[in-house]
Amino acid sequence: MSGTITTDAGGSSAAGPATGGRRSVKSVLIWTAVAIVGAVCWTVLALVRGETVSALWILFAALCSYAIGYRFYARFITYKVLRVDDNRATPAERLENGVDFDVTDRRVLFGHHFAAIAGAGPLVGPVLAAQMGYLPGTIWIVVGVIFAGAVQDLTVLFFSMRRNGKSLGQMVREEIGMVGGVAALIAVFAIMIIILAVLALIVVNALAESPWGVFSIGLTIPIALFMGVYLRRLRPGRVLEATAIGVALLLLAIVSGGWIQDTGLGDALTLSKEWLVLALVVYGFVASVLPVWLLLTPRDYLSTFMKIGVIVLLAISLIVARPVLQAEAVTDFAKEGTGPVFAGSLFPFVFITIACGALSGFHALISSGTTPKMVAKESQVRLIGYGGMLMESFVAISALIAACVIDQGLYFAMNSPAGATGGTVESAAAFVQGLGFDTTSQDLAAASAAVQEDSLVSRTGGAPALAVGLAQVFSQAFGGGGQAFWYHFALMFEALFILTAVDAGTRVGRFMLQDTIGNVWKRFGDLSWRPGNIIASAVVVALWGSVLYIGVTDPLGGVNQLFPLFGIANQLLAAIALTLGTVLLVKHGKLRYAWVTAIPLAWDLVVTMTASFQKIFSGDPRVGYFTQANVYRDAQNAREVLAPAQDQGQMDQIIFNSTLNGVLQAFFALLVLVVAVHAALVIARAIRANGLPTTEEPPVPSRIVEPAGLFPTAEEKRAMAENERLVGAGTGRSEAEEQ
Amino acid sequence: MTAVDSPAGAVWTATVRAWRGLHWYLKEFTGEARWDDYLRDCAEHGHAPMSRYEFERARSDAAEKNPVSRCC
Repeated sequence: MSGTITTDAGGSSAAGPATGGRRSVKSVLIWTAVAIVGAVCWTVLALVRGETVSALWILFAALCSYAIGYRFYARFITYKVLRVDDNRATPAERLENGVDFDVTDRRVLFGHHFAAIAGAGPLVGPVLAAQMGYLPGTIWIVVGVIFAGAVQDLTVLFFSMRRNGKSLGQMVREEIGMVGGVAALIAVFAIMIIILAVLALIVVNALAESPWGVFSIGLTIPIALFMGVYLRRLRPGRVLEATAIGVALLLLAIVSGGWIQDTGLGDALTLSKEWLVLALVVYGFVASVLPVWLLLTPRDYLSTFMKIGVIVLLAISLIVARPVLQAEAVTDFAKEGTGPVFAGSLFPFVFITIACGALSGFHALISSGTTPKMVAKESQVRLIGYGGMLMESFVAISALIAACVIDQGLYFAMNSPAGATGGTVESAAAFVQGLGFDTTSQDLAAASAAVQEDSLVSRTGGAPALAVGLAQVFSQAFGGGGQAFWYHFALMFEALFILTAVDAGTRVGRFMLQDTIGNVWKRFGDLSWRPGNIIASAVVVALWGSVLYIGVTDPLGGVNQLFPLFGIANQLLAAIALTLGTVLLVKHGKLRYAWVTAIPLAWDLVVTMTASFQKIFSGDPRVGYFTQANVYRDAQNAREVLAPAQDQGQMDQIIFNSTLNGVLQAFFALLVLVVAVHAALVIARAIRANGLPTTEEPPVPSRIVEPAGLFPTAEEKRAMAENERLVGAGTGRSEAEEQ
Repeated sequence: MTAVDSPAGAVWTATVRAWRGLHWYLKEFTGEARWDDYLRDCAEHGHAPMSRYEFERARSDAAEKNPVSRCC
């Protein structure tokens, strides 16, 4: 897909913005063609109703839009708004220490950055949002990424780079103020806990009662340990060898899951959700205190290679299989807000549910801190920040397609909570027939038999439905069936990188906690102090573990209840990041360009505040957490048991969970409002003063000459050759393989 | 195969180049190439390099203090 973002015909990025008036005829023709293809695809998607629509229309509408967004809008932001300056040394060049500050080839850094931002969010969110039809999701994923998500990632990356890679929290504290900074810090930590819990919930839902899945995923731990020992003792540093062995073992683990599932071992691995919660909590704790070389680093290699491999495979398969969309463009649930997968109407909940594929606040934590310390040239932030996010959006589009090409009766039978489907194929068939689909119980039974699962009914969370979609696309593309293998392959790959996010996240949470408490209790801040590590890890694991347990046992369906909280939290974090971007643009005296971040910020605030408001105050018990609690409390006072609760214990549980969710929701929204209000004051001051000083590092001339985009232009090649001649022997990061 | 201007030769050259590029990329991506960089650095400055084991150990000790974030 990178092919779409390479034809950067305008040239001359090292010297600054493009050449003004003279563009080559070839370039004009190419971009006109891209625009026409994109426009045709969008028109087809918008107008065709009630006929078969190929999924490729979505794919190409997205790709053409990305290409245009990257070529024109990202270029405008990079050169006109942010005014990158390649004569200025980046922190990687100035402070190079070979550890965190490290000049990295732009293509390699693009890979690192993408691997860090991409995870389960863009896969799962669009699957859930498919209950509204394919059109709302497609539009938001594409428009959202071009004008909001990629803009956020790009600007945060740039501003952090100009500040030696400071973290989001640090920048908010220094640029907006102490109160805002503390609110942002708490928000980041709390939101991370919720995200970890919801991600873990998705894994639990995917693996419960699935011995094949548990076996394959379980084996990833000994495989990673083996790789860790291999890299430490047997053949130090031979990562490619170790990863090749690891991936081969992983594939073997998936196949062998099929062999054990009908054996005694299979019965022993048929775990309930509660046991899986315990297993995950123990795993998260152990992974957080063990040395990274033993478990975390090798797992990360495995999951990164699997992730990129599957995405490439999926892109190829979609083009080969050319599947037809089964979902409607816009379903009735979008208009009425009565969908069983998640409650609420199209606005604002589609924008909340598609969490990471269009705009993800979490990315701001990666775009500040890690990546900016490795950028070689300032102009490369466009490729890494904006381009990386476009790729993530492409993953989301692929997931949306996968969810929309499976039988939609099956889709709703899988994604609706057990309280709605009744849990059996017969009751689930009756339920989806009630929604207007002609899927029968035989169809549902056949679908689970095809992937060799006991049942697919109410396998919520999005991951199993996505796995069914992927299995269908893969087996269509490669022929020869193999649905069961592909299903478990897809499931394994999702679980693998969710677990990687969970263990890495627990560790990051532990560091944040130790760092924060270290301000008042010095000893605790020492990262090598064993008791501190253990206590901080235990606290982080206990926090997300308890939210996870609440979700798993929730009679109303944990995903149904918690996913909106997760989505809103992530978008609220984005609001903080975009607020910071807007403040900095104004402080730098670029008020006339502040709309670049202010418009997505305004949209994001409207969406998140509406959603938060509805989740807190809505009188509809399906949407409002407190109304929900009240309905159950009233019933309890009248000594009734309200479905789906089956006894008073479950009634208590619903009342407690809904109240807790409501309180958390209100708390998050409040934190963001605190940041926003403080930011508004700073902006007002900055406008009056025509800009304010910031913590930007003073410029130091750069000696490195490197291309800005993925492929060097003729001019850049000349400049590099010239530099090579002047400086002498290269740095080892040469462009030799391109000459 | 050796004639550069024959179509088969061109395909061969392109394949070799793509394979080299991929190998280079993967070595850089996984950090394996850092060892080669280090050896070259030592040779340039006339230092005696430490063993591969010590080198990789120092790198993973550094990774211990720099947590990688993995997003949702």
